[in-house]
Amino acid sequence: MKLYGALIAVAAISLAAGLAGSVGALQPLLGIGVPYCALAILLVGLSWRVIRWSRSPVPFRIPTVCGQQISLPWIKSSRLESPHSTLGVIGRMGLEVLLFRSLFRNTRSRIDQGPRLIYGEAKWLWLGAMAFHWSLLVVVLRHLRFVVEPVPAVALWLDGLDGFFHVGVPVLYVTDIVLIAALLYLLVRRLREPQVRFISLFTDYFALFLLLGIALSGIWMRYFARVDAVAVKQLALSLTVFSPSLPKNLSAWFFVHLGLVCTLAAYLPFSKLMHMGGIFLSPTRNLANNNRMKRHVNPWNYPVKVHTYEEWEDEFREKIEAAGLPVEKH
Amino acid sequence: MANPKPEELVQIQYPTPSKGWMDPAVEFRKGTYCYSALARNLNYLGLPNAREWQPFDADWKLPPDWKRIILDGMKERLEKFRSFRLFMDICVRCGACADKCHFYIGSGDPKNMPVVRAELVRSVYRRYFTLSGQLFGALAGARDLTEDVIKEWFYYAHQCTECRRCSVFCPYGIDTAEITMIVRELLNLIGCNINWVLEPAANCFRTGNHLGIQPHGFKDSVDFAVDELEELTGIRVDASINRKGAEVLLVVPSADYFGTPHYYTFLGYLALLHEVGLDYTFSAYASEGGNFGLFNSHEMIKRLNAKIYTEAKRLGVKWILGGECGHMWRVLHQYMDTMNGPADFLEVPVSPVTGTRFENARSTKMVHICEFTADLIHRGKIRLDPARNDRWNVTYHDSCNPARAMGLLEEPRYILRSVCNQFHEMPENTIREQTFCCGSGSGLGTDENFEMRMRGGLPRANAVKYVRDKHGVNLLTCICAIDKATLPPLLEYWVPGVDVAGIHELVGNALVMRGEKERTTDLRGEPIDQKEVAHA
Repeated sequence: MKLYGALIAVAAISLAAGLAGSVGALQPLLGIGVPYCALAILLVGLSWRVIRWSRSPVPFRIPTVCGQQISLPWIKSSRLESPHSTLGVIGRMGLEVLLFRSLFRNTRSRIDQGPRLIYGEAKWLWLGAMAFHWSLLVVVLRHLRFVVEPVPAVALWLDGLDGFFHVGVPVLYVTDIVLIAALLYLLVRRLREPQVRFISLFTDYFALFLLLGIALSGIWMRYFARVDAVAVKQLALSLTVFSPSLPKNLSAWFFVHLGLVCTLAAYLPFSKLMHMGGIFLSPTRNLANNNRMKRHVNPWNYPVKVHTYEEWEDEFREKIEAAGLPVEKH
Repeated sequence: MANPKPEELVQIQYPTPSKGWMDPAVEFRKGTYCYSALARNLNYLGLPNAREWQPFDADWKLPPDWKRIILDGMKERLEKFRSFRLFMDICVRCGACADKCHFYIGSGDPKNMPVVRAELVRSVYRRYFTLSGQLFGALAGARDLTEDVIKEWFYYAHQCTECRRCSVFCPYGIDTAEITMIVRELLNLIGCNINWVLEPAANCFRTGNHLGIQPHGFKDSVDFAVDELEELTGIRVDASINRKGAEVLLVVPSADYFGTPHYYTFLGYLALLHEVGLDYTFSAYASEGGNFGLFNSHEMIKRLNAKIYTEAKRLGVKWILGGECGHMWRVLHQYMDTMNGPADFLEVPVSPVTGTRFENARSTKMVHICEFTADLIHRGKIRLDPARNDRWNVTYHDSCNPARAMGLLEEPRYILRSVCNQFHEMPENTIREQTFCCGSGSGLGTDENFEMRMRGGLPRANAVKYVRDKHGVNLLTCICAIDKATLPPLLEYWVPGVDVAGIHELVGNALVMRGEKERTTDLRGEPIDQKEVAHA
């Protein structure tokens, strides 16, 4: 249900976008109205979520420490796994965001008779995640050539790098292959590993199918349907300067791609895909392990009922005195 | 009912039912849950909805407006804790945490995967606090809050020891301990607590320590230890209580002066601090470093912790030294200063023996005894004869909180290497930041929960078994009072022939004290020379 439901949902969105895109009268809605709406939802939703997170207080400093603390000068502390300074925290966050440090630790446990627990290396998830996220980033940056004129140097540079192998016409992008392969790996893993399948929700499959749909429709447009890139760029540029004009010869495939991208953009703020913003705010990662060095203030710290020394002494005074211990009041 | 045998318990299946996890039904099977807190303990602490009930009862006698209380409580905590809100929102269910949890490894119960344990709460969060959950229900992973869900929360929030191992592996640092702590707080609002947490908390609130030992009893315990140490070493140490003007306040977990094998560590402290001439005092009011508030609510942490700074101020000490305890140190390191500080009436800790300034504790002003001792050894201030520990072949269990909350990894190892001759590490996936919990932390170390404790402790015990079989290890050292109480039965169950000790027990054994008589026995009163043959 979850799996097929998600597949059907994505297929239905693609079909609807493709069909509507073939009808001339609907093209302005699809090519202009929907992208603006989706972008608005993305920006407002994203800001709303991030602002809400960042405005919620961090009452306690609770890093998950993964290395030696700073203590005695002759014990080498781990600056990245147990950072005690802002610089260290930046380093730790950099490793986490750019290289998925924590995921790199992943292991797989197995229990043999004996009993004997065995922990093996399990780097595939890390590799798949790295491959997916980095190629997606490159793909997105490559798309700058459609929305910015003159085409920014970074887009041209990535374009050249990505097409390094000069295979085929148009040149085959390495990231296209890697992106699809990584998404398929993540999907197959979700289906094949019993534990991961067990925890998967509709939204997990939906996100994967949506991304796969976007990637496949993009690849189809570029290599097979040979969509008129000049027309696409014309539309994109007109949208960016808020004087939208719809070129005549946009193919239905383009609208499938655009429809899926708009779905993703509008869906993102309401989904787990917000993890891309959340990671920066995660209090177990972005705080220094300098708790005893530097006081952390809880903005809502409030007085609580305690058992005061005086109450304690009052209750036990006779026994305290009988035991020969000093008291404040006799 | 007899406890299951190890060979039965180890037949662990890892089922993943096709119907998923949304059905909240839980079976409270003997051996896998803790009894409810007695009403008198709730009443003493002024906690709401005290009543007679047990988890296996069909009717939990929840207050009539329990649902509103829980949802209001969730709302309040979503607004007060960024961690809670964020961890409700950003999990992608990648599954990296699944087999990192000792309770999942040992029980095979799919709801013990950290991700699912959190989803039990997230599903309610989605249903009542997100648009998609309100619109799409189960399709968006949302569930209604029912009484069965409360029972399920109770069951699984008490099958998490807040050890934080999963958060080491989570790519977003989602910390299940944080979620468990919040869930236990919520359950606390409707009077669903466990006695093994609330009785120590109530005792601690009243008398100053978990065991409910009153001041004269505390004095007796300390005096008894002083006498015993004199018998063993020929030296009479001075261990004062509530003495104003001492330089240092020493706070230890109460198990140290009342439990075994903790007690030998206590003797170790007394011997060491006497030998280096530290001017310290105990406090009968702050006679507990442990803080079971951590297993109940943030407010209770603060209520129980307050006495430490209060007493340091009243006695006029310069700084505070803390004994070997795990969760106690999570509170001292990550919560105390924020909750009950600033400790501006104290001074930055300086070891009067070596002159070392503990810059890492310059705000909180509390030093871990392993930091203090490692410094002494490094500066050559004490004489050690590691051969006195030759009957022990030692390994070291990183207690969860000193490892993952503090990063106290090298200090205890440095001490161990100085005080014993045979030391072997357990496999690297089971130590340091990846250390496995004893399976009984966070207030779950009670007898009625025996089966679940043995299951949860399996990964730790299994790593001990590895070094026992490979290197002949016969002693597991650790720096946590709960460890010292619960690892002995765990090891007896899974790895017979391995004892448990604190680091300062071995320090006390190896310590050559000025003017001591010839030591024929160690602090346990057992002959020193007799080298035990390693258990096969």
